[in-house]
Amino acid sequence: MNPPTSHPGHVPSASSSALLICEHCDTVYRRRSLARGDVARCARCDAVLERHQRIGLNAMLALVATVMVVFVLANVWPIMTLGLNGEQIHTRLWGVILMMWRQHAQVVAVLAAGTLFFFPLCKMLVLGWLLVHAQQGRRAPGFKQLMIVLHYIHPWTMSEVFVLGVLVSIVKAQLYFDVSPDTGVFAYAALAGLITIFSGIDLRRLWDTIPAAENAS
Amino acid sequence: MSAMPRAHELGLIGCHVCGLVCRDTQIPDAACPRCGSALHRRKPNSRMRTWALLIAAFILYIPANVMPIMRTASLGDADDNTILSGVIELWVKGSPGLAVIVFTASIVVPMMKFLVLSTLLLAVHCGTNWARIQRARLYRLVEFIGYWSMLDVFVVSLLTALVQFGFFSEVEPLPGVVYFGLTVVLTMLASMSFDPRLIWDCKEEDD
Repeated sequence: MNPPTSHPGHVPSASSSALLICEHCDTVYRRRSLARGDVARCARCDAVLERHQRIGLNAMLALVATVMVVFVLANVWPIMTLGLNGEQIHTRLWGVILMMWRQHAQVVAVLAAGTLFFFPLCKMLVLGWLLVHAQQGRRAPGFKQLMIVLHYIHPWTMSEVFVLGVLVSIVKAQLYFDVSPDTGVFAYAALAGLITIFSGIDLRRLWDTIPAAENAS
Repeated sequence: MSAMPRAHELGLIGCHVCGLVCRDTQIPDAACPRCGSALHRRKPNSRMRTWALLIAAFILYIPANVMPIMRTASLGDADDNTILSGVIELWVKGSPGLAVIVFTASIVVPMMKFLVLSTLLLAVHCGTNWARIQRARLYRLVEFIGYWSMLDVFVVSLLTALVQFGFFSEVEPLPGVVYFGLTVVLTMLASMSFDPRLIWDCKEEDD
């Protein structure tokens, strides 16, 4: 790949969104339009400045809708099934969370509920809300606050880690029991894949792509 | 002016929340005109906060490793597992490949976070120019892989929920897993509160 490094800017003259500041070292660049597949990297610290965003707002909304469907399935369908004496025991995410709460590991229950359920759900609902309004060319009510919420919950969604956790648990439990993955784990795998696509999307560009209402400054 | 001007040289501040490039007005409580968050050139008290969180995480990391994280009881026979013994069991009986993954997530990654973040903090403290680009890369690596340490916490939770047959066979979580979960959260907070811009803040002779 041939990363086009943006040229350092000189003096801030034009509109501020023509400039770009590297978040990792504070170097100022003039923003350049990127072609498909391009990644702009900082010439000082090599951090990614910007990626070409090929997923438009409509595609993003479609992606959010897909994630929501998969998310519901991942929570409704059992993740693993344990067979013992002809009895089938199914495990679901909320079963896991409630069991940890009952077993005096409330901290773990809260962590799991947050990182695997509430934060991902909140992220998708907020994005869906913002994008539905963006389709009509306007900012959703509460746009500013919700964008800040998105910024802060972003590092705390861990569904990908959970998929790996299911895999390890199945292997461990199989030493003693007859355990098999159930449909829910495939929904989780799909979710992890969709999240990977999402990680390439810079949500901050919604500030630029969705114009502010005329009464707002 | 240097070839690659930094924000403060041009009197600019990038908003840490929304990324907007703002003029540095020198007013103490300036807010970003776009998102309303407080503007600051560097994350406030970055070094002290990171040290505090890192030390707290390290203190919790000791019981997380010493104390068992899970008990497997079967027909009255109880077997307590620590993080390390869980890895060994997986290596011996199950699959060595997964054992390596769990070992990486539960032991290598947290240890690496402690080492990397304290190295970064010490280097910033000394104001050295040593290996800046490598340090910047290490920081990004730590940020990127940090949350995978939650793996063992999820494994214990899943096994607890899965294996519940009362006297016959049961898995229950032990306090070690709580300490470990808290360690992961604290190390994540520590790496978030470190400001990588500090790596580049010492005087540059060349460039």
